[in-house]
Amino acid sequence: MTAMRRLFAGGWLTAYAFLYIVFLYLPVIFLPIFSINTAPTPKFPLTGYTLKWYEDLPKTPALLDAAWNSLIVGVSASVLATLLGILAARSITRYRYPGRRTINGLIMAPLVLPEIILAISMLLVMLQLGLSLSLFTVVLGHVLICIPYSMTVLTAGFEGFDRSLEEASADLGESAFGTFRRVTLPMVAPAIISSLLVCFTISLDEFVIAFFLTGTETTLPIYIWGQLRFAAKLPGVLALGTLLLVASFVLMTVAEVLRRRAARRTQNEGGLYA
Amino acid sequence: MPEPTQAERPQSDRPQTDRAMIEIRSVTRSYGAFKALDDATLTIREGEFFSLLGPSGCGKTTLLRMIAGFDNPTSGSISVGGQSMEGIPANRRPTNMVFQSYAIFPHLNVEQNVAYGLKRLKLGVTEEKRRVEEALAQVSLTGLGKRLATELSGGQRQRVALARALVMRPKVLLLDEPLSALDKKLREQMQVELRRLQQAVGITFVLVTHDQYEALAMSDRIAVMFGGKIAQVASPKEIYQRPVNRQVADFLGGMNFVKAEIVEENAASLVVDTLGFGRVRTDKPKAFVRNGGGATLGIRPERLRVLWDNATAKFEVAGKVVERHYFGEITHLIVEIPGLEKPLSVTETNDFGADDIPVGTPIRLAYDPEALVAMAD
Repeated sequence: MTAMRRLFAGGWLTAYAFLYIVFLYLPVIFLPIFSINTAPTPKFPLTGYTLKWYEDLPKTPALLDAAWNSLIVGVSASVLATLLGILAARSITRYRYPGRRTINGLIMAPLVLPEIILAISMLLVMLQLGLSLSLFTVVLGHVLICIPYSMTVLTAGFEGFDRSLEEASADLGESAFGTFRRVTLPMVAPAIISSLLVCFTISLDEFVIAFFLTGTETTLPIYIWGQLRFAAKLPGVLALGTLLLVASFVLMTVAEVLRRRAARRTQNEGGLYA
Repeated sequence: MPEPTQAERPQSDRPQTDRAMIEIRSVTRSYGAFKALDDATLTIREGEFFSLLGPSGCGKTTLLRMIAGFDNPTSGSISVGGQSMEGIPANRRPTNMVFQSYAIFPHLNVEQNVAYGLKRLKLGVTEEKRRVEEALAQVSLTGLGKRLATELSGGQRQRVALARALVMRPKVLLLDEPLSALDKKLREQMQVELRRLQQAVGITFVLVTHDQYEALAMSDRIAVMFGGKIAQVASPKEIYQRPVNRQVADFLGGMNFVKAEIVEENAASLVVDTLGFGRVRTDKPKAFVRNGGGATLGIRPERLRVLWDNATAKFEVAGKVVERHYFGEITHLIVEIPGLEKPLSVTETNDFGADDIPVGTPIRLAYDPEALVAMAD
């Protein structure tokens, strides 16, 4: 009886899990499927297989400009957010001081604030400061939303870092800077790279803040938004979307692998191998 | 009666100098109102194996970290090799440390760990390689240079930490509970090896430990610490045989305490009256400070011998066995003596059948009056 019941429950659970995955990924599956369909309208049945939508992509100068802009914004935002994240994460994991948790909470807050509210507030601030809207203002906005992610990844990497490693380095004659370069940095390098990748991915896909804060230059998501007005351009958008999807997926996977490696590395210390 | 000077003689077979290597003068370290170390004064000699022994929180690690430069005295001064350490950071001190957690760099292999401090000295590839090889040989790790830290056993990690510090040829090697993470058998083996290594390299070793057997087995001299204060500094033999007070006696193993009245005191000796042991003349401990008319007389359990059948001794006490505890090679007997408020504990080897004495048997115990030690209360 119990075996029957377990099978029954197991069956339902399996079905539930399957539906769950379908709900999450079905829309995503449509993107690559229609991007290789010959018909310009996304409709079943499929009419034939083609790669011409992909071949057209590099022939569109506006798209290349947008891609280049996204690359600039993504790299700048991820480097800045990671730098600031390193400082904050080190302070929070290494020192004990009053207000530590509050500060941590405030840094993580942009994660849950509505992005459109953030975007409008930032637009107001930028205009008040007299900054003209450009890719630079987009970078600032992206740094703000990337820091919580960078903090999460870096805190995990820094936590459990045995302080006696840095003391051992000093004891062996190394200066404070030398210790950072020869011990601290190599130990947390995987977490730093992981943070860079996560931030870059977030910046690459981000629409709302870029939409509000950019001037005449567009990033990829804004370019895609613009293309949606023309029905004939849809297959190209689907092809581009597929590429972005694959890129994001690869970057996030690498980032996660590195984050786990960093956590393992720092937590290995402690003489538990007796 | 053993001469106090005899007990003081270092166990070391290496000739030691009497030159001071570390001088700690009135060092206090306070955290607010709490004093982790309270007015400690201590001289550690060149080439000696010195142990700081005490329970956790006694200030021994604080003192070690101040010698290393990871912490600074609130007041007082520390000098190493005749040079004041004030304002000198850890990376410019002639000391190296073996950490309790070993602190092996997990991203480097064994060789790179050992060579870590040498890199800054710019010795050249061949000389650096030679010194790393030499250090690895000293700790019996030859051939494991390419191993990663994560691929090592606890004992091997401990050896890497040791080699990494020794390769720097420090004036002083500091060891912070280096054996506490090892299992009993390995720990005992490493005690012998550490002692042998120290004799071979001739560097001053300062060991922090809470294990009294470890301190007794390895050290030339021991400082016993309680509550931030140094209670006694002496050779292992003197610490064990002539503890300065009950706290020290108790920390260094079993001791029978008997209440005593002081009837006579002069520069070298004390005469006390006790119940059970009668009137006893003993050596006066060096740091003895009289506290009223009372004192405590102590005798270690292994210094009491069971008298079999009709054997007699010049000094004996009579009583009755009330408990017996078997420990393999030895037996602990608890013997009630008329007139003593607490029964005596006796450790007897099992070669004459102490493990077969029935509880309740009347028994006589022989002792050597030299084994009796008077202590301040």
